[in-house]
Amino acid sequence: MSEPRRPVSYYLRERFMPHLWCAGCGHGTVLNGLVRSVDELGLKKREIVMVSGIGCSARMAGYLDFHTLHTLHGRALAFATGVKLSRPELKIICPLGDGDALAIGGNHFIHAARRNIDITVLILNNRIYGMTGGQYSPLSGCGIDATTAPYSTIEDAFDPVKLAVAAGATFVARTTTFHVHQLQQILTQAIRHNGFSVVEVLSQCPTHFGRKNGGLEAVDMLKAFKQDTAPIGSKRLETAPDLTPVGVFVDEDRTEYCERYQSVIDRAQGAVADRAVAAEHAGAEPDRAVAAAGKGAVT
Amino acid sequence: MSTKASKSQNQIDSILINREWCKRCGICVAFCPKHVFEEDKEGTVSIPRPEDCIYCELCERLCPDLAITLVPQTRVAGDGT
Repeated sequence: MSEPRRPVSYYLRERFMPHLWCAGCGHGTVLNGLVRSVDELGLKKREIVMVSGIGCSARMAGYLDFHTLHTLHGRALAFATGVKLSRPELKIICPLGDGDALAIGGNHFIHAARRNIDITVLILNNRIYGMTGGQYSPLSGCGIDATTAPYSTIEDAFDPVKLAVAAGATFVARTTTFHVHQLQQILTQAIRHNGFSVVEVLSQCPTHFGRKNGGLEAVDMLKAFKQDTAPIGSKRLETAPDLTPVGVFVDEDRTEYCERYQSVIDRAQGAVADRAVAAEHAGAEPDRAVAAAGKGAVT
Repeated sequence: MSTKASKSQNQIDSILINREWCKRCGICVAFCPKHVFEEDKEGTVSIPRPEDCIYCELCERLCPDLAITLVPQTRVAGDGT
């Protein structure tokens, strides 16, 4: 903790600050934790690509002085997959909201998890669509008031952790914007992990979720995160299983997608080289692919 | 150098608030375990008790506006600059 560290502002595009998130919005706390985590890891700004979709969460990409892409709603992981495959040495971080990750982007999410591509996904779960005016989301859960549910919601929420585990993510964790030390620690682990990492961060939206559900302010919602959660494996969780477990659920090794893809590249290039050798022996012209690859040993 | 902490065991030199970034959400005031901060009716934060700070970093990390900076006491140790 006492190592010299760079100021938070080093990682920010200060010309865009103060950010546009509302007073007390938890997304700022996630940004805060992420910056500290990147600093702890000693990553250079040019080694990180942040790919976001659309929504309050997606604005995070604008404030960070990394390589950043602000893409289509729900498609951040599709763009991120492209970036990672073309430049596997870069670290990819995707801040996704409820919709980006699990509504319009649900299919991208499960398939990226299945492939175990080395991308770190932050699901900023504020249980509401904040930017578009407070519509309920697949993470709202039952009995929540929203602009599209004036008589309260009748749908159960996804459990993003179970979904990510079932889809094949190799690092899955949950924390909240109250547990700020754990937030940094988990983000550091997730970014370091070689494979698909999912971190669900329960984040407060006082403007839309709070106001419509009992007039909760940011401070009330943070206190609720403290009361309603318990660490995995704790006595408290055993005695009160209704609490939301926080901590690291899965951290395992499985071959990463870009590594598998590299083996395809190696095999394909090996085949091309073999054909070139065979062609040389036969005294025939090498095929066009060989010429294009510059591997045709023709004299 | 501004508000220097008086107690010798304290590790911080000062607490800085970026007034242009702060949106007065009151999170630092509510969660500081030593009640270092206070807010007025408009939510403007003041720091009446900086000497009570125990450098837990909670305010710095919780602040959604990234507006709080704790300046560690590392560069105080007598280089005279």
